[in-house]
Amino acid sequence: MSALNVRHVNKTFGSTQVLKDISLAIDSGEFLILVGPSGCGKSTLMNTIAGLEPVTSGEIRIGDEDVTWHTPSERDIAMVFQSYALYPSMNVRQNISFGLEMRKMPKAQREEAVSRVAELLQITPLLDRKPSQLSGGQRQRVAMGRALAREPQIYLFDEPLSNLDAKLRVEMRTEIKKLHQRLGTTIVYVTHDQIEAMTLADRIAVMRDGEILQLGTPHEVYNDPVDMFVAGFMGSPSMNFLPVTLVSQASGYALQVHDEEQGGTALTLPWPAERDTQELSARVGDRLVLGLRPEHFLEDDAIQETSGEGTRLEVTATVVEPTGADTLLQAWLGGNEVTARLGPKSRVVAGDRVALRTDLSRAVLFDEKTQRRLA
Amino acid sequence: MANMVRRHTTSARLWRAGLYTLLIVAALVYLLPLVVMLLTSLKPLDDIRAGGLLSLPSTISFEAWSKAWGSACTGMRCNGMSGYFLNSIAIVVPAVAISSLVGALNGYVLTKWRFRGANLCFALLLFGCFVPFQVVLMPMARTLGWLGLASSTSGLVLVHVVYGIAFTTLFFRNYYVSIPDEMIAAAKLDGAGFWRIFWRILLPVSGPIITVTVIWQFTQIWNDFLFGVSFAGFDSQPVTVALNNMVNTSTGVKEYNVDMAAAMIAALPTLVVYVLAGKYFVRGLTAGSVKG
Ligand SMILES: Nc1ncnc2c1ncn2[C@@H]1O[C@H](COP(=O)(O)OP(=O)(O)OP(=O)(O)O)[C@@H](O)[C@H]1O
Ligand SMILES: [Mg+2]
Repeated sequence: MSALNVRHVNKTFGSTQVLKDISLAIDSGEFLILVGPSGCGKSTLMNTIAGLEPVTSGEIRIGDEDVTWHTPSERDIAMVFQSYALYPSMNVRQNISFGLEMRKMPKAQREEAVSRVAELLQITPLLDRKPSQLSGGQRQRVAMGRALAREPQIYLFDEPLSNLDAKLRVEMRTEIKKLHQRLGTTIVYVTHDQIEAMTLADRIAVMRDGEILQLGTPHEVYNDPVDMFVAGFMGSPSMNFLPVTLVSQASGYALQVHDEEQGGTALTLPWPAERDTQELSARVGDRLVLGLRPEHFLEDDAIQETSGEGTRLEVTATVVEPTGADTLLQAWLGGNEVTARLGPKSRVVAGDRVALRTDLSRAVLFDEKTQRRLA
Repeated sequence: MANMVRRHTTSARLWRAGLYTLLIVAALVYLLPLVVMLLTSLKPLDDIRAGGLLSLPSTISFEAWSKAWGSACTGMRCNGMSGYFLNSIAIVVPAVAISSLVGALNGYVLTKWRFRGANLCFALLLFGCFVPFQVVLMPMARTLGWLGLASSTSGLVLVHVVYGIAFTTLFFRNYYVSIPDEMIAAAKLDGAGFWRIFWRILLPVSGPIITVTVIWQFTQIWNDFLFGVSFAGFDSQPVTVALNNMVNTSTGVKEYNVDMAAAMIAALPTLVVYVLAGKYFVRGLTAGSVKG
């Protein structure tokens, strides 16, 4: 039985439809992440789940109960907001216990819950402070504490870490992951952060314009995107898209990468035979879009032992960005700028001719017009 | 900005000296009426007849003050301002309390429990801020008659509450729009309802705007003359009306010192409020959102 079930939910504000037939089901203990560009309706979806906004049509179930028309306080849900939304007039202790008090929990039990949560989040020394006397990271913890104290059936997090600096964000991310593993809570979590999405989620829902485009595990969403939007949205730096023509050769299918500047073909890449599909045969001669992630390129001499695999290509480096863990290379490939992720040992500098290898075993192919995935 | 870098040329200093002189003179001009009132109220009548307005009293006497408070004649009666002073308090305290509370509730509903037509509702209320006193006199008199509240303290309280709600609502609404909706959403999810959110979450952070509203309403209602003279009964006249009656009483010698003392007594509460809470008034007017 799913912990939360959203069925065909539509939401309109005036004449704009913000949620379009959203359906999703979350299992108990599952961590679902919503990602999507700004304004795609993530917060609106969260608000309808929380009961802060009524749905225009559709149904929301928690456990086996239809809660579509229950008020927020009748739903067993806690929410952590981007702005933390702590009560400024109350100290941390009162902030955490307010929800318990409203639910008529006896005082002794409330105090027990507060100290349990405070210990879990290491905010015990802060219990008597006002929110205005806390740092951003501490406020964030208190906001989580407020949610955890109530032990609701479902937690909603709306960009909880986006107001923190980079280092703190990584720390809190790890803590949230630990908390989830320890407590087995059911969580719906909105983020803009790719890495947060990939590392935290059991499943990711990618939204655009009020629709869920793809709902799957991080692995599925990253490696098997359903269309160019999802492919381009997930991953940083994002996937390279190259315009290609599918041709049929004696050895199988191949992709001719267009040379946008000089016309003709810059490069021909053989399509791996094991990935042939029925659909491809109908598309021979068509213009398609090839999606290659930056890590699908390798520096030629970096793969001595497997050299010979894939296709060798030479490019001129335009920008080289060492990130420490690896080196990002930008180069022109037949008039398209592509990004490649090279190993940290790479000594390439801008202007160099670089030999790369790529093979298409993990590449993806899209229809140019519909942007849907072909293979 | 005490720690500002200033120019130290001679002409710059002259400029500054001129500026300060101008400001001091202006301040004195504004203070002069108060000084004259205070001096006159402390002089015996002989001094007033003999000397100029600004001459210092030969002997300082508080007789005029005690007469103004306890035995001066206001129209027919001759027991001073004290009774009317208490009348004013009996009007002001409930009127300020009720109008502020209703304004806070209105502001809360208009910003945090928005309903269809909330904006129109607010616009109409705003309109109430611009309705001149004179316009409402006749309809208000009829209404008070119907309600059986004519010539009573409760009637006057009602008038001031009705007239004040437009202002108090404006104040509270504009303050509450800056309070994040997420705070209210969090309280709803925590299980708090309409009233709990108001008492436990919103009112405790409303200090600055409560100060502004209370000072504003207090000053308006205490200083009101027109409603007082129109709607008060013989026993419920506020201090402003009594002052007018006293000064206009035509029998006997004109006792300027008593008049001045009475005027000071009538003005004292608003003066005190400004001196004590004026700082918070300015602060409240400029207070923005509440830091979470
Ligand atoms: N109360 C409202 N009235 C009218 N339109 C609204 C309202 N709330 C949201 N919208 C619109 O609905 C759309 C979705 O908003 P929403 O806040 O859900 O986006 P989001 O995905 O959370 O964006 P972000 O990532 O920037 O937080 C936006 O176009 C927004 O303008
Ligand atoms: Mg949002």
